[in-house]
Amino acid sequence: MQIRPILSTLRHHKLTAILLTLQVAFTCAIVCNVVFMVAQRVQRISVPTGIAENELSAIHSRGIEKGENVQARHVADLAALRAIPGVRSAVAVSYSLPLNQSESSSGMCPSKQALDRAIQRNSIDGSGCVQPALYDGTPGLIATLGLHLAAGRDFLPDEYVSKGKPAVAIITRALAQKLYPGRSALGQSMYDGDNFFRVVGIVDTLLRPALSKPGVDGDSMIWPQRPDGSSVTYVLRSAPQDRQRVLKAAEAALLQASSNRIIDPKQMQTYTQIRNAYFQRDTTMIGLLIASVLGLLFVTALGIAGLANFWVQQRTRSIGIRRAIGATRGDILRYFQTENLLIVTVGIVLGVLLAVLMNLLLMTHYELPRLPLWYLPIGAAVLWALGQLSVLSPALRAAQVPPVVATRSV
Amino acid sequence: MFGYYLNLALHSLKRTPILTGLMVLAIGLGIGASMTMLTVLHVMTDDPMPGRSAQLYTPHLDPLPLDHKRRGDSPDPTDDMTWPDAMALLKAHRAVRQAAMSGGSLLLRPARADLRPFYVAGRYATADFFALFGVPFERGSGWSAADDAASAHVVVLSEILARKLFGTGTAVGQTVHLGEHDFRVIGVTADWAPKPLFYADQTGTQYSDADLFFLPLSVAVDEKFQVNGNQSGWVKGDDNSLTSANMSWLQFWVQLDTPAQVAAYRQYLIDYSAQQKALGRFQRPPTNAKLYNLMGWLAHENLVPNDVDLQLWLALGFLFVCMVNIVALLLAKFLRRGGEISVRRALGARRRDIFVQLGIESALIGVAGGVLGVAIAQLGLWSIRQRPDDYAKLAQMDVSMLLGTLALAVLASVLAGLLPAWRACHVPPALQLKGG
Repeated sequence: MQIRPILSTLRHHKLTAILLTLQVAFTCAIVCNVVFMVAQRVQRISVPTGIAENELSAIHSRGIEKGENVQARHVADLAALRAIPGVRSAVAVSYSLPLNQSESSSGMCPSKQALDRAIQRNSIDGSGCVQPALYDGTPGLIATLGLHLAAGRDFLPDEYVSKGKPAVAIITRALAQKLYPGRSALGQSMYDGDNFFRVVGIVDTLLRPALSKPGVDGDSMIWPQRPDGSSVTYVLRSAPQDRQRVLKAAEAALLQASSNRIIDPKQMQTYTQIRNAYFQRDTTMIGLLIASVLGLLFVTALGIAGLANFWVQQRTRSIGIRRAIGATRGDILRYFQTENLLIVTVGIVLGVLLAVLMNLLLMTHYELPRLPLWYLPIGAAVLWALGQLSVLSPALRAAQVPPVVATRSV
Repeated sequence: MFGYYLNLALHSLKRTPILTGLMVLAIGLGIGASMTMLTVLHVMTDDPMPGRSAQLYTPHLDPLPLDHKRRGDSPDPTDDMTWPDAMALLKAHRAVRQAAMSGGSLLLRPARADLRPFYVAGRYATADFFALFGVPFERGSGWSAADDAASAHVVVLSEILARKLFGTGTAVGQTVHLGEHDFRVIGVTADWAPKPLFYADQTGTQYSDADLFFLPLSVAVDEKFQVNGNQSGWVKGDDNSLTSANMSWLQFWVQLDTPAQVAAYRQYLIDYSAQQKALGRFQRPPTNAKLYNLMGWLAHENLVPNDVDLQLWLALGFLFVCMVNIVALLLAKFLRRGGEISVRRALGARRRDIFVQLGIESALIGVAGGVLGVAIAQLGLWSIRQRPDDYAKLAQMDVSMLLGTLALAVLASVLAGLLPAWRACHVPPALQLKGG
């Protein structure tokens, strides 16, 4: 295929060709960056919590009876909940569950020296101390949540307290490695400035109630403390398909056990709902981003096809002449395809540079990571394919122009 | 002449229906996406108190110790005020009006047997609150400074809550059992909730929240009512009671009518901080004291989520690509009419005439694209209203945004037509005729 005649034609339509190139360049740059953003969000919303997500549901209750014995209330409530058909186990927690946004955290130091360092610096950064999320709950929490105990043991019944702080804790593997790098965390004592907590168990994963940075999102600890307020969240484990029914039954059972309480329907959710609510903004954003990529590709395809159509109409006579002097249909088809390839390729080269620039700009304003380079060839391939697809129909039409057109005057 | 050009433009557009359709669609999509996001941003950054916002200011003091370090994502304690500072500013009475306030949720036990107890969100405030913000009353009124001093158990209800509790009957004079205490209803406000609820603490959902009751701040402190929002203490071992000098939790707003009053109040804040520093309570420079006006405070709070910002940029990028697309298509279209243009030039049309004619053709595409854009933006806004975000319900297009959409579409298409029209009007007269 000869490039020279194509180039000389394009020289006649310099401005139009430049504009089309620009459009391809911007589309390429935006598509690369937006697809990268989609990938980031998808990664964010698929983070594992470490718990048996699709078997859990939670119901919040707030007692409004003055001077109520809350411990007795919780025991009675749990008995009523466990009696519901389909409920495999039930526990009470104060408020924290992974991704439910109700977090309490506390500074934990691996040693007294680390604490002194933190006090001296007036900051836990670089002291060796960590700020894990705290989870509490009644006996059976580990089993009900479906946490996987990687080492050590669950809490013993006599380790649970209702008032004050307990003496033992179970921590996540991530927290263990951060507090005690290179050694076993089991049996070590964490220090919060007032009390020591002996690590008796290590769980694989337990995500925090609120995410901030990937490096700290897995820093959690559980201690054997029973909820001690009139406001409490009951966590129920059942078969996935039973959850809605179990929640309804739980509301009825709790109100029957004591009507002196408030159950907010908005805080009566399956765990799947809790998770979806946490990531709702991300899922909306993913939808919007994908829609805008598709819209952009659509408009660019329209532009390419529209312009090619125009050029075909405009050049009908010269196509006829070429056909009359021996060019085959295939030659005409390939002519338009090559022309498109040229324009799109220049656009892609520009677009790749723009994509990197745009990413740098986004990195400074929106805390986005660097665009992995392998996005660029994929973006290029998509635009090449798009260009060829959109030019196909006008090019085929051009190939159908009969040689006899050359002899007609327009 | 305009009518003739319009006719020519319509004729020309009708000759290439597919291409015209493509251009209208491209402009419609670009404008629709951009206007959806611009509307969301517009309603989120709109003035919550038109006509009054210019006189409203919020003072901020810096009582933090020198070595205080804020953890990355934790709230800034100086965004709120401590009880002793708020009381001092109230007592000094240096502004036209001033009020301290904080949000709270209280258990309400209705007297009606058919209503179960429920929690209700409202505001603890001092007497000037209603006059300061111009809260409209349906019946009754707010309380006096004397009620504040006496910790009178009085309450103002919102119209919605009053109707829920007392039906169509009069609520004023009735008793409400709120937070385990009896309150006498002295007023009912009309439906009122600035959007965003600028005077509330930043932790809430300020675009959807509304206050359903108002009661004296002194009562809330006396009865140790639960307070919503940040309570940031900075002294370890402090009792962190609501009256502590080392915990900030109150919002404070003042009314200042003239620039002189604003300058004087700013000076007063610095003087007050200097005095507190001399007393040993404040450690930081007195010039840390700030006075924000309402819109400045909203900008400081930065309520617009990053995502909305990003969506706007994305939409504008989309519009830009659409415009480049249209420039290319118009250029091809206009230049192809070289023959027609050179005939018109040969017959005496000036370059300006050709330019105007082609400009009108582009504007026509813009009008059609704008109408499509309005439809697409309405669809986009509708889909935003279906989302559970707290600002979602506000996503409505007002008349100014509607006209803005059309104007932007016409502007975009005329801009896109400028270069092609300019190129086309330079077609030399009659030269093209030779080609035939």
